[in-house]
This record gives sequence, structure tokens and C-alpha cells, in this order.
Amino acid sequence: MRYGMNEGWGAARTGGLVLLAAGALALGGCISVKAPDKPIVIELNINIKQEVVYRLAGDASQTIDKNKDIF
Amino acid sequence: MARMTMKLRPSRPFAGRSLAGRLAAAALVLPLVAAPLAAFAQRDPVYAAAREAGQVGEKMDGYLGYVTPPSAALKAVVEDINLKRRALYSDKAQAQKATVEEYAFTSGCLLIAQTRPGEKYQAPDGSWQTRTAAAPQRDSRCL
Repeated sequence: MRYGMNEGWGAARTGGLVLLAAGALALGGCISVKAPDKPIVIELNINIKQEVVYRLAGDASQTIDKNKDIF
Repeated sequence: MARMTMKLRPSRPFAGRSLAGRLAAAALVLPLVAAPLAAFAQRDPVYAAAREAGQVGEKMDGYLGYVTPPSAALKAVVEDINLKRRALYSDKAQAQKATVEEYAFTSGCLLIAQTRPGEKYQAPDGSWQTRTAAAPQRDSRCL
């Protein structure tokens, strides 16, 4: 019977610990979500590049046509 | 080819006009004649053969790359072409207020698009691909 009592208290304590651990994990999860700011910057870079490619394409095409010996 | 037919057009509106008109017509036509002549400059035979054999290919960055280890003669020719390309890209980029890399990359997009079936080009993953009749694999930023 004593063993049973002790086991009961032990289970309750373990349950508390599990709750604490879950809370800590949840908090940890919240912090890790903050990270992805960088991909937005990369996307902006791609957009800028695409605009530049669009702007230069006509001139570059003429340059290639006029210098066929090196293309 | 399309360029050659174009030079005939500007001369017609001046037909039967004064000497000044004809001189003006000549002044208009001359640069149009000179440009296609430069365009007919041939590729170096060593480069042309290597390109056809798939030993060199067009890279994404606008320069030529080696698909297989090059001979000393081929290496000399390709290095010379890449130096000339860089000088040209640099001049044109400055005129367009862009960076050399931007102008070269744009040219690379076009050069890969212009490869003919059997020729080599660099895919966005960096691998060498053989051009087929289908459109080449190009960077998403290419038009």
C-alpha cells in the first residue's frame, strides 16, 4: 500500500514535470518561429535582378548580334 | 539576315530627290551597312569546332566554360574570348548604368536561349546539358 501511495505521488510529480517540459518546448517553438526574416530579402533580390534582366535584354541582344566572333 | 533587308528601306523615300537629300540618305544607310558587316565576323575555327563537339558550352554567367578538360590551344582561344566578352560587357553595362555581372548574366540568358541543338549549356543546378529542340533549362530570372 505504501508503495502504491508513493507511486501515486511520483506519478503526479512526473505529470507536473511533463507539463513544465511541454511549456518549455512550446516557448522554444515560439522563439524559433521568429527566425525567417531572411528569405524575404532573398526574394527582393530576385525581383530586382529580374527587372534588371528585363531592362538590359534588348541592348544585350544587339551586343551579341554585333559581335558574333566572340559569341 | 533580317538586318540585310532592312538597309534597303531607308533609301527609297529619298529616290528622285535633291543631291542634299541623297547625301542624307547615304549618311543614313552607311551605318546600317557597316553594322551587318561586323556581324558577319566569323568564330575562331578552334572555338567553332570545340563548340560543335560539345567541349565548350555557354555558362549562366555569360561566359564560356569547359565541359571536358581543354587542350592548350582551345584554352588559349576560350580565355581570349572570355576576356573580350568581359571587356564588352563592361563597356555596355556602364552605358546602361548596370553592373558587369548584371549585363553578363542577361547575356548568358540570351546566349543559352540561342544555343543550337547538340551544343552545351549550363543548367540552373550548375550541370552541363545538351541543347535539344526543346527550350533550354534557364534561371527563373531569365525572360
